Amino acid sequence: MPKTLLQKLWEAHEVVPESVDTPAVLYVDLHLIHEVTSPQAFTELARRGLGVRRRDRTLATLDHSTPTRTEQVFGGAPIAVESAARQVRELETNCASFGVELLGLPSRERGIVHVIGPELGLTQPGKTIVCGDSHTSTHGAFGALAFGIGTTEVGHVLATQCLLQRKPRALAINVAGALAGGVTAKDLILAIIGRIGVAGGTGCVIEYRGATIRALDMDERMTVCNMSIEAGARAGMIAPDETTYAYLRERRRAPHGRDWERALEGWRALPTDPGARFDRELDIDATGVEPMITYGTNPGMVMPISGSVPERTADPAFARALTYMGLEAGAPLRERPVNVVFVGSCTNGRLSDLRAAAGVLRGRKVARGVRMLVVPGSQQVKAAAEAEGLDRVFLDAGADWRESGCSMCIGMNGDTVARGEYSVSTSNRNFEGRQGAGARTLLASPLTAAACAVRGCITDPRELLNG
Amino acid sequence: MAEGTLTPAADREAMRIHSRTVVLPAANIDTDQIIPARFLTTTTRTGLGRQLFADWRYGADGAPRAEFALNRPEAAGCQILVAGRNFGCGSSREHAPWALRDFGIRAVVSTEIADIFRANALKNGLLPIVIDEATSRWLIEHPGAQVTIDLEATTLTLPSGVAVSFPIEPFARYCLLNGIDELGFLLARVPQIEAYEQRTARS
Repeated sequence: MPKTLLQKLWEAHEVVPESVDTPAVLYVDLHLIHEVTSPQAFTELARRGLGVRRRDRTLATLDHSTPTRTEQVFGGAPIAVESAARQVRELETNCASFGVELLGLPSRERGIVHVIGPELGLTQPGKTIVCGDSHTSTHGAFGALAFGIGTTEVGHVLATQCLLQRKPRALAINVAGALAGGVTAKDLILAIIGRIGVAGGTGCVIEYRGATIRALDMDERMTVCNMSIEAGARAGMIAPDETTYAYLRERRRAPHGRDWERALEGWRALPTDPGARFDRELDIDATGVEPMITYGTNPGMVMPISGSVPERTADPAFARALTYMGLEAGAPLRERPVNVVFVGSCTNGRLSDLRAAAGVLRGRKVARGVRMLVVPGSQQVKAAAEAEGLDRVFLDAGADWRESGCSMCIGMNGDTVARGEYSVSTSNRNFEGRQGAGARTLLASPLTAAACAVRGCITDPRELLNG
Repeated sequence: MAEGTLTPAADREAMRIHSRTVVLPAANIDTDQIIPARFLTTTTRTGLGRQLFADWRYGADGAPRAEFALNRPEAAGCQILVAGRNFGCGSSREHAPWALRDFGIRAVVSTEIADIFRANALKNGLLPIVIDEATSRWLIEHPGAQVTIDLEATTLTLPSGVAVSFPIEPFARYCLLNGIDELGFLLARVPQIEAYEQRTARS
């Protein structure tokens, strides 16, 4: 019987299949850990006298509450947020005492957990990957089954390398048509979320399919899968293909030599078989997608940047969101002044994202009164960007250039947006207070964010790309 | 197999909750509202109740907002939170159910509850109760209603005496009712895990 990618991965990882009474015992190939959602799990292990079952399948890094200011990362100044400093130290201590590898503050391979997994070649097709972070869906871009878990489950995986899970439903999103100039993978996924809503994928794993998806490079595929959770889905997946293999070949922790050939053979069998049935299917035409921007307080409240804020007077939550954002229904967003521009995060903090933003900023300046922060997704992204002079482009334009981390996407590391300020951000969540109490976030692509920084107001990036 | 555990999953009192409701009618209440990220630098599970819904409960000056539902005198002691659809969307932070439990909430009732939040809630003795649109509308329109949630019977009983049944993952229900610890259950499967690792050359 023909099977979906999800079905194949699921069956290959069932230690004990599910029954009516009990969920499946599902094996985890790769467990990624960070400082915020792991301390209580290690405490529980210690309390029970348990160790980490598979240290070779566990990797920790520091990203969420970790500062991005060089002197705080590499010494010379203490970490400004005291509780964050404690959390960083606790992960260091836990990794040392449980024997877990930590890409810590001095490491050149440290970075946002969802950027470093792929970059190191640890994220591979056919793997199950979990992390105490909902954007673990990012890794699905490689044809992995990757999803976020809570801290109790982090403890389960540390102790047993397994999780108790019910099989999710499979949702196919078929995307056809070429993306227009100035339109990016970020705009595509925002358009998809706008279409299906923030709960449209609840209970499902999304497989993104179709010619448009096949044409995306790995960075773009990661951006798409990253925001699957913003549509309520546990995970997003894209079947592996030559693009995937070309990305992974020669990565430090990818298989090499004969192991590579053997792995490749297995990966080629993963894509969904012709005729396999999904629980739901949805078709998206990418040709009409424009640069997108959010106007509200969840990622489903999104519109083409050239449009106007919709009017839904009957919905009190909608009115509340607009009040929070200080925006009016029916009004255009273009030309509205912005205070902050953030380029970074696990959604858009990879090298190609920085190149896109730098392409707009080259030879231009960040508008007076606008604060722009560019935060590479990892130390390796930082080094690569510096090797091609992107840091100079950002610094010359008047932007701030930092060490890697989650930074302003989550605002728990000293990088925040002030109350009432408008922030155009390449991150993934525009929830109330996400970037700081009272902050007003507008999600957009790196191209759009850079264009807004240059003009100091909401700007369609195509104006600057064509000019 | 389950020895005493720190996790409230073994709370046998979770079987039946008899309480007035407190209502937050908004749809899509995300985990950043339930517990804002700046409070996630804690390294323990306890004490987050004070920061539950912090940005809705307190003004910019830190003073409680009298009009917010959880700050009203009649909300004191309420153990059931009724909320709009898609409650708990957003991040995987288990701090969200920790904060709700620490505040005294033992069940969240909505027409839809986000996946990761629901899983986290069940591991902390917080019941995620999904009900139909009409029941939800009635509950949202009648804050403070006295209702009973019976996990064993999987019913929510309205003040009228009408009992509405709700779906719940059977294993989680079994664990909650019998004080079974999920990690203990998994540890008891180590022989199968070892066999799997050998079978798939994952050793």
